[in-house]
Amino acid sequence: MSTSGSGNGQGRPEQAVAGAGSHQVLTFVLGNETYGVDILRVQEIRGWSAVTKIPHAPAHVLGVLNLRGSIVPIVDLRMRFALERAEYTAITVIIVVSVSSPAGRRDFGVVVDGVSDVVDVNSAEVKPAPDLGSRSATDFIRGLVPVSDRMVVLLDIDRLISGEMSAVSANTLDTTDAALTASAA
Amino acid sequence: MTIDLTQFHDAFFEESFEALDSMEAALLKLDIGAPDRELINTIFRVAHSIKGGSATFGFSDIASFTHSLETLLDELRSASMQVTLPMSDLLLRSVDVMRAMLRAVQAKQPIDAQRVSDLQFDLELMIAQKSAAPMPSAGPAPCASPAAALAGSQQAPAPSPAPQAAATPSATATATSAEPAASAAASRPPGKRWQISFRPYRELFARGNDPLRMMRELAELGHLVVRVDTTALPPLSELEPSECHLAWTLELTGDAREEAIRQVFEWAEGDCELMIAGIDAGSPASEILATAGAPLAIKTGAPSDANAAADAILSAASAPVPASKPETAAKADAKAEGQVTTIGDSGSIRVSVEKIDELMNTVGELVITQAMLSQLGTQIEGATAEKLRAGLAQLERNMRELQESVMRVRMLPITFVFSRFPRMVRDLAQRLGKQIELKLTGEQTELDKTVLEKIGDPLVHLVRNSIDHGIESPEVRAAAGKPAFGTVHLDACHRGGNIAVEVSDDGAGLDKDRILAKARARGLVGANDQLTDEQIHELIFLPGFSTAEKTTDVSGRGVGMDVVRRNVKELGGKIELRTERGRGSRFVITLPLTLAIVDGQSVAVGSETYIVPLISIVESMQLKSSNVSRLSGRGEVFSFRGDYLPIIRLHDLYGVEPLTRNLHEGLVVVAEGEGRRVGLFVDDLLGQQQVVIKSLEANYGHVEGVSGATILGDGSVALILDVPGIIRAASLRAVA
Repeated sequence: MSTSGSGNGQGRPEQAVAGAGSHQVLTFVLGNETYGVDILRVQEIRGWSAVTKIPHAPAHVLGVLNLRGSIVPIVDLRMRFALERAEYTAITVIIVVSVSSPAGRRDFGVVVDGVSDVVDVNSAEVKPAPDLGSRSATDFIRGLVPVSDRMVVLLDIDRLISGEMSAVSANTLDTTDAALTASAA
Repeated sequence: MTIDLTQFHDAFFEESFEALDSMEAALLKLDIGAPDRELINTIFRVAHSIKGGSATFGFSDIASFTHSLETLLDELRSASMQVTLPMSDLLLRSVDVMRAMLRAVQAKQPIDAQRVSDLQFDLELMIAQKSAAPMPSAGPAPCASPAAALAGSQQAPAPSPAPQAAATPSATATATSAEPAASAAASRPPGKRWQISFRPYRELFARGNDPLRMMRELAELGHLVVRVDTTALPPLSELEPSECHLAWTLELTGDAREEAIRQVFEWAEGDCELMIAGIDAGSPASEILATAGAPLAIKTGAPSDANAAADAILSAASAPVPASKPETAAKADAKAEGQVTTIGDSGSIRVSVEKIDELMNTVGELVITQAMLSQLGTQIEGATAEKLRAGLAQLERNMRELQESVMRVRMLPITFVFSRFPRMVRDLAQRLGKQIELKLTGEQTELDKTVLEKIGDPLVHLVRNSIDHGIESPEVRAAAGKPAFGTVHLDACHRGGNIAVEVSDDGAGLDKDRILAKARARGLVGANDQLTDEQIHELIFLPGFSTAEKTTDVSGRGVGMDVVRRNVKELGGKIELRTERGRGSRFVITLPLTLAIVDGQSVAVGSETYIVPLISIVESMQLKSSNVSRLSGRGEVFSFRGDYLPIIRLHDLYGVEPLTRNLHEGLVVVAEGEGRRVGLFVDDLLGQQQVVIKSLEANYGHVEGVSGATILGDGSVALILDVPGIIRAASLRAVA
């Protein structure tokens, strides 16, 4: 345990935050929790519309949407975080974020219950996520920060989505089992 | 303080590669014995600019090599050496080496030093041979001997006394004002004097121009006095070091011709106001100096480097700027008899593909919005409805034109691919001892950049084949009563919505009997099977098939024609062969103009819509339960024109809930790919339309059985089927 300086704690997430100073975060609601993503990553907030399903995609990748001419995958964060599933209604919101991955910039849409607010977050106030035993469970959490009387979970959207992508490629290996039984020649 | 030059590297590499291509083209056009002056100038300019650029960016190996090359080229330019065949070979090899060096530097890999130094030695040997022979000296030759060339190129960056001198402007100015006349009289014959006013635009440095380098070059032409005008220099706090705020007044005394001076500024011409004026040798130097009124002077000739120049600029900035008026320089401009040279823009600009794709996306969106509005327009009633509909019709026309124009932006003439062939044909012909003339026609035919990039390799292969197998040796040709020169002809033209590229030769043509014999020997064809000509031609596209008696390093390994055909098919095209024994052969590749658009058939499976590319559809039909059978529980087949084809249920493949699982209630689309046919079971056919292909991989990843996605008229996304991929996966499973 290093106790140097700000007393933020230790570990990788804290270092990533410490360099950033004060920044703005878009907060949104999923079930009873409030989450936040860096506002600079947010491309667009739009209402729900029907998606086109992608074959062999992980369950929480709902499909793809047309976002001004480019094809953008849509991820259901409730399902990603193993929360109870919600109905998609006209007030369901999709936040389109851009992530940087080894393959370059990618755009992703995440389905959330509702968008709350844009808040200023001081890096010094960000607490590291508690160790919950499993590393992968908290890997995409950059930290926790209190905003008014709530606790906001700051997401590391790059890690969240790169986890997505490895899930996708792992999934495609196991593709067409049921489908391609047709074989004659 | 240094300027980060790496940001200009990409532009430098790109321009250098293009320049090398043009140098190569010029070299190939160069006639031995009677070279075209203009071509030599082109070649020289390329070497010169690469030398300058690489020196600026600190690629000293390239700079050193190109310097030797430039020296040799300069001899050619001044006609003191003749263009010979070995020389043109040497120059072509130099192009290869420069390209290799640039690639290595670009990839941050070590340069093949041995290869470079070998060739550099050859270059210098050739220059030395010239120097040894008594030749009339024509015009100024900056570096006459290889030793000097080396010395020049390896000039180490050394701290210069110039910056220190620059720090005390007033002292230097008085010192130099007396100097030119004295030194000109003492050390040189009194030649013509030139006054040059060089007022660069701010972005001069960004174009890779280095004033110091230019002045050093000028100093080689005669005695040079340089004056800097710092009046435009902002205070240090506002100074942007990557911009040029300085102007120079130069005075050159010597035998230099005006063209030689202009040559020095050639690459900066578009980025500066340049004025060159001759002055009578008799007029007193001090008079000009007075009008110029420049407060600061740097005497060049002393070795210094770019950093030193930057230092000089900075120290000049920190020195108090004397109260001389900026108008003095302007007056000097007006008085002199030269003309201001500003080169206008060329006819094209460089635009990144991303920007064009963005534009295409936006236009695609507009088309969808417009379709939506048109639909709304038909539902509106009332007095203004007719006007609205007329406006919408107009909008639709304009949209279509806009879309076509944007598509055309991506189109490039096929000459980008053809241009590599003259060199290749020349080298191959020389190596194989054949005489070959290459004819290129239809070079201006345009096609999509993506298609263009992928068609290069197949064409290279076909041309190599033509040269190696097709064209006979001169003796054989003479015996057959043909001209000794064989002809390889590359042609491109538009045919309907496609582009046809032809590779033809007047060589031996394909030997049907030999192909057939070989195929029988390998058991590909039964001993008694009778094949049509087309079927025999098909054989050469089989993997591993070659009739060459011996394998050369050019061709005959049997790897190739199958790859050629596969590449062409991947582009959605086809390849045909026509050949006549003894008369030659002709390969015709037909390709779609663009990969961005595909003709598609929309099909419905459950609530989803998929697009099947029309090119892979044979036909669509309704099945009767009588012609469907199950094969040992493993799969379903149906009879189609005497064949049994496997049925692939799209709803299973894509995991969608269909309207019906009964084969006779839906439809079967007979699709072809990889040389095999399958039946795709769908709920319904919807309609045919051209769709714009979008990548799924950009934001998501590859999905098996899907080649991309498109946006339908209502703004929703539909996936495009990868028919060959589906068939491949199906047959893999069949084997397993």
